[in-house]
Amino acid sequence: MPILGIIASSLPAAAGDFESIATVTVGSGGAANVEFTSIPGTYTHLQIRLISSNTGANNQSSTLIFNSDTGSNYSYHRLYGTGSGTGADAAANASGILVAVETNTSSTFGASIIDVLDYKNTDKYKTVRSLTGWENNSDGRLFFLSGNWRSTSAITSIKITPQTNNFAQYSHFALYGCKSA
Amino acid sequence: MAITYEPISTTTLSSAAATVTFSSISGSYTDLVLVMSAFGSVSGADIRVQVNSDTASNYSLTRLVGYTTAFSNRASNATYWQITNSVGIGSSSSDPTADVIQFMNYSNTTTNKTILVRHNQPQSSLMETAAQVGLYRSTSAITSITFSLSSGNYSSGSTFTLYGIKAA
Repeated sequence: MPILGIIASSLPAAAGDFESIATVTVGSGGAANVEFTSIPGTYTHLQIRLISSNTGANNQSSTLIFNSDTGSNYSYHRLYGTGSGTGADAAANASGILVAVETNTSSTFGASIIDVLDYKNTDKYKTVRSLTGWENNSDGRLFFLSGNWRSTSAITSIKITPQTNNFAQYSHFALYGCKSA
Repeated sequence: MAITYEPISTTTLSSAAATVTFSSISGSYTDLVLVMSAFGSVSGADIRVQVNSDTASNYSLTRLVGYTTAFSNRASNATYWQITNSVGIGSSSSDPTADVIQFMNYSNTTTNKTILVRHNQPQSSLMETAAQVGLYRSTSAITSITFSLSSGNYSSGSTFTLYGIKAA
């Protein structure tokens, strides 16, 4: 079952330039995806900080899309380390950006920090960067990523979906907004 | 009003120290961010990180490193996270390390703990940059973080700042 992020409207507005917008914690039974909707346009940049685990398979990636756009409007590059070697991959005209990676090891979660720059700007395409990885004491993966969404639309929703299976219970997604002067 | 991203504690060494520890860390945040700018008394000594005073073999780490070439390596069943790689810590105030360690969901008691590290180290004419993912195989909340070196001390002028990030 997909889970929608709950805007933190019940909390007092945070002081400062880095504010919590919404948080999702996956419950028992897992989640097919996590989505933040109705993202306010009151910030300059967004950051998503997450831990995620996959219900069925090791070494999986998760895909991000904006504004429910499932078209071939995304591209990305990844630089990675496997613990024994390095590599890079890329995709053009993709239907999403691979922003996070997961293991399925019990109680063990990948971690990702995703920055979405100038998300509400309507004059240019949108650029994403991510640092993501997982470790399970037997193996590990570490990725640098940059991605692009070929749209000038302001971003109002973000959906993250595992390529296979579901996000496991206790996967945790937190969306933040960063203001500028 | 609540503050989302705030400093918890800062240590600026006024004299050499073998270890630097942040203890009694509040569980009121979601993530911790540790920013470190340090140098040591022994050039090339490795930076080691432990949590909760746990010296057992509960740590593992995968690294992606840029040195004179790019490579990746990892450590299993380690007794600490070693965040230096090809070159250890510098021994001069001209060569401070620049490290940022993200302790993700550090205060929950249902999952093992994962960290993300960005490590940068000048060492004379060489420079190392790395990204790392680490695992601490414990569901205990992290309440303390200790930095040590494989030899020598952290030098006076080294700084360690701990931040907390709250989620909605």
